[in-house]
Amino acid sequence: MKELRLMKGNEAFAEAVIRAGADGYFGYPITPQSEVMEYLMAQKTHERTGMVTLQAESEIAAINMVYGGAGCGKRVLTSSSSPGMSLKQEGISYIAGAELPCLLLNVVRGGPGLGTIQPSQSDYFQSTKGGGHGDYRLIVLAPSSVQEMADFAGLGFELAFKYRNPVLVLSDGAIGQMMEKVELDVQQPRFTDEEIRKNTPWATIGKTPDRDHNIITSLDLESIKMEQHNHKLQEKYRLIEENEVRYEKIGCEDADYAFVAYGTSARICQKSIELARAEGIKVGLMRPITLFPFPKKILNEMTSRVKGILCVEMSAGQMIEDVKLAVEGRIKVEHFGRYGGIVHSPSEIVEALKKQIIGG
Amino acid sequence: MAEFKTNPEILQPENLVYKRTDLLTEKALSYCPGCGHGTAHRIIMEVIEEMGIQSETIAVAPVGCSVLAYEFMNIDIQQAAHGRAPAVATAIKRLFPDKFVFTYQGDGDLAAIGTAETIHACNRGENMTIFFINNGIYGMTGGQMAPTTLPGMKSSTSPYGRDVATMGNPLKMTELVATLPGTLYVTRQAVHTASAVRKAKRAVRKAFENQKLNKGLSFVEIVSNCNSGWKMNPLQSNEWMVENMFPFYPIGDIKVSEEK
Repeated sequence: MKELRLMKGNEAFAEAVIRAGADGYFGYPITPQSEVMEYLMAQKTHERTGMVTLQAESEIAAINMVYGGAGCGKRVLTSSSSPGMSLKQEGISYIAGAELPCLLLNVVRGGPGLGTIQPSQSDYFQSTKGGGHGDYRLIVLAPSSVQEMADFAGLGFELAFKYRNPVLVLSDGAIGQMMEKVELDVQQPRFTDEEIRKNTPWATIGKTPDRDHNIITSLDLESIKMEQHNHKLQEKYRLIEENEVRYEKIGCEDADYAFVAYGTSARICQKSIELARAEGIKVGLMRPITLFPFPKKILNEMTSRVKGILCVEMSAGQMIEDVKLAVEGRIKVEHFGRYGGIVHSPSEIVEALKKQIIGG
Repeated sequence: MAEFKTNPEILQPENLVYKRTDLLTEKALSYCPGCGHGTAHRIIMEVIEEMGIQSETIAVAPVGCSVLAYEFMNIDIQQAAHGRAPAVATAIKRLFPDKFVFTYQGDGDLAAIGTAETIHACNRGENMTIFFINNGIYGMTGGQMAPTTLPGMKSSTSPYGRDVATMGNPLKMTELVATLPGTLYVTRQAVHTASAVRKAKRAVRKAFENQKLNKGLSFVEIVSNCNSGWKMNPLQSNEWMVENMFPFYPIGDIKVSEEK
């Protein structure tokens, strides 16, 4: 039986990771996501399911704890907000290089630098284009409701283990802090040692006589081997692009124009659609749910119907680069951003649509 | 040279006094001839073999000369980002509290870039072991100044000798972690002579046995040489270590907590 509750996005995520059978959370406080660790600590996860919850000395230590746990085949995660995620990038690169499964949550705030504690979407580049050093990709899920904060915990672990790849839930300060009703899944059991041995035979849980010693590393000093390893990673990313694209289309059937927006921006765009349609402007919304893999194909197909696209982002224009690549210059693509912690109003989005796309 | 012949009759199993541990792989060590790392690897692996805990042990290798420790140690092992081994090991031990977990780190890794991780793992009293190989220099990157480089000591980034007025003082990390309530056993050893190796091995054994007590972290420093980085031959480097490193980093137990 699913359970219905009224929760903050951050709390819903925390409750959902417990129920998804997580083994370990390693974090460091930062606004606006501290409720994740606070909730886990209040839940006494170790008593409830045996899950370890540990407050690390820094975001750097926390992500390296995730590396250690993931290397043991455990379901482990960390969460942070933008400045903290910047600190984690080295560790994420190592995790991607060593092909370890883990779950990451970024409740984005405005930047650059210490920026602001208000919601933003200005970490799109960092999240989808690498973030750390080297050629790697994260699977990036963008929730736009408290329900999706909960749903993407379980989905995130599933994808992480399916591909041996870190999965990032890219949220923002609004989704993390707001309260909504949420349907929670039933408790899943944590992995047993036997399951770890069987399902993740590469995990370092103690060398037994029946196998060679397991090594978790991202290093190979022989360049030809490192190139082969990179080929393998790239093949995996192509497979992810083939299989894991997720998106939602709202009001696009008869639309002459489209908004492309994710997360909080996508919610605001739904109100803008109502306002625009009341004025007779047929506009719809394409909401990418996976930012990597990006829904390129569906956007390309939309160009046969819509005359123009307005990218609505709480950034100075980051996702728009992927949108432009996807539409291949067939139609007009413009960006309308508010940033530094400012959230769009629905009416200013409609005005931007009229000015930049319809009238432009 | 006198001809040396072995009497085949003495080549019997009961006469075997030394055998290379199976817990070292067949790979040739990447260390310079004369370096202490090989001996340090050997005594750790011998202790794991003697305790019969190969299948119960998970290790974490650092960044530095011993980055490839995972190729030589025949146990499950993870290679950590520079300085982060204590954080990686913390998670492993918390998730598998019944396993034996250790890190193997050099001075740059442990006492410079990883200072925070070292201190906090020690202060939390993580029930694991840290092996700290201190040769006062960055060996792998080619002999740069380390946090443990002695005053006046030359390196490629202190070519006129370490000037403490501008380059700071060497850090005695082992004395520092001994002050923390989370450490159970803190000792400083060496591996330059047969007797030092025997003592160091006893310390390694104690550090592993301590994990059964679940009373805090065991920290074993091994003062070692870097003949390549110090630009000496192996013998000279061991002599230089005894004359210069040991007075600053004295050998012996620093903290031995009462056991029940």
